[in-house]
Amino acid sequence: MGMTLAEKLLAKASGQESVTAGEIIWAKVQTAMMDDILGPRVEIAEKLKQLDAKIWDKNKAVVVLDHYSPAANVNQAEILKFTRDWAIDNEVPYFEGEGPCHQVLAEKGYNVPGTVVVGTDSHTCTSGAFGAFGTGIGSTEMIGVLATGEIWLKVPQTILVKWTGKLPQGVFAKDIALKTIKDLGHAGATYMALEFAGETVHALSLDERMCLTNMAVEAGAKTGLVEPDGVIRNWAQEHHLTEFELLKGDQDAHYFAQYEYKAEDLVPQVACPHNVDNVYDVNALDPIRIDQAYVGSCTGGRYEDLVAAEKIIRGKKVAKGVRFLVSPASTEIYTKALETGLLDSFVQAGARILPPTCGICLGLHSGILASGERCISSTNRNFIGRMGSKKAEIYLGSAATVAASALAGVITDPRLYL
Amino acid sequence: MSLRGNAWKYGNNINTDIISPPQYMELSYAEMAQHAMEGVDPEFSQKIKKGDILVAGANFGSGSSRETAPIALKLAGAGCIIAQFYARIFFRNAINIGLPVVECKEANKIQEGDQLEVNLQTGEIINLTRQEQYQGSVLPEHIMKIVDLGGLVPYLAQKLKSN
Repeated sequence: MGMTLAEKLLAKASGQESVTAGEIIWAKVQTAMMDDILGPRVEIAEKLKQLDAKIWDKNKAVVVLDHYSPAANVNQAEILKFTRDWAIDNEVPYFEGEGPCHQVLAEKGYNVPGTVVVGTDSHTCTSGAFGAFGTGIGSTEMIGVLATGEIWLKVPQTILVKWTGKLPQGVFAKDIALKTIKDLGHAGATYMALEFAGETVHALSLDERMCLTNMAVEAGAKTGLVEPDGVIRNWAQEHHLTEFELLKGDQDAHYFAQYEYKAEDLVPQVACPHNVDNVYDVNALDPIRIDQAYVGSCTGGRYEDLVAAEKIIRGKKVAKGVRFLVSPASTEIYTKALETGLLDSFVQAGARILPPTCGICLGLHSGILASGERCISSTNRNFIGRMGSKKAEIYLGSAATVAASALAGVITDPRLYL
Repeated sequence: MSLRGNAWKYGNNINTDIISPPQYMELSYAEMAQHAMEGVDPEFSQKIKKGDILVAGANFGSGSSRETAPIALKLAGAGCIIAQFYARIFFRNAINIGLPVVECKEANKIQEGDQLEVNLQTGEIINLTRQEQYQGSVLPEHIMKIVDLGGLVPYLAQKLKSN
């Protein structure tokens, strides 16, 4: 029997001809990413020293200061200082203020197709859009990776989700992700790889594919994958990667389950409080008044998200009483949006532009919700208390749905503004 | 190894934002642990006694890769967790920091306050209050080695020494 893409990736990483789901293997790691909130300051710095272990390959480790930067208080500032100093002392490259780690990994060429990428953040599954096996790990687990360059993994089974046809206007990868998670459930892909396939997916840009694989963990998946194609080959070449491999699953591979969808049938989706699988068609919801609308994060703050949102708000005004916050997901995206006039257009409409950061998404700074408030957000989680008060409510949608809702003051179908 | 403690019972999908709310992650472990489970039970850290057992439904620990989730539960006093099943990163993290986790399909038969005895080697769970017995999961041999040594760091210390 043939192998799935996930099996191919882990066979290669473990130096074997073939592996089968269920097998436990030791995989060589290509990229080991640490962020500020769960990086060196949680166990890693202290225990690595205690073990007197050296970092196996300093070019393969990277630190991204993204969650707390810019700091809201002294505690956060101290964590940033500790993390920055650790990176410098250990001669590990670090990036600060350049955006959420998953976007930084993409822009700096760390997502090498055909390899294993691990990070101390659950959304490291985003790297699967590049044909790498990306997965989130704990801080203690990272100590093992830093000391040995390897990690044990159980080879996962794969759920294949196939989308065919053309997405209608106003419908995006975020809607594909939410619809898929609705059907699979919050735990439906636990321990498994979630692979997105079909012509709809391969017609998506890299920005949009990253939204799909990013959300895979919201169904419990170990990694999200899209089979790498010419888009990824171009990306690898643009980033001057010389050693990469575009692996593909075999025709006769075994899948745990397969789902098929027609893109034409999809309408904008909204995840309602407090679970990501509590998903409805936007036009099936009763009017829901909002206090805040947020476009940003490693899920929904990429350039194409800004383009989609700006197209809706251009020349219009945000509803009175709504705080519309926009945080481009990296310095690169921020600069491009500045040059192309998108940011100006947002400001004219009444939005506030925030620096690239994770802070808003998990209520660390810059946009925390009060009790009784509601926010529609292009981020990935609507768990109780995540963006501030546990008496607040978070709704998730595409950047376009967020923008349309900011104009209307209630959660709104973006297709009404096309 | 047998553990004995009283059960604190929770539902399905107890995620990491509930177990270890993000706003407290900038505090010390001890301060952070006082807010464990705050999303569903603000009294948790006050009422749990050392060695008590946290019992939950499906998909315990979903969401973030934050190791502060099992650390907070361990510091709050939990001696062990029993759930129908776990989100995978939480499961690994708990083992790596030395907090025993047992999967048990019959976890829903356990009620709050039940006195439990858990044998990690056999997976046997005895409900002393209800005179019932349930079968829990046993960890694979290579993972049990990590647990036996007290977590991943002592395991690594041994591995690095033998290399």
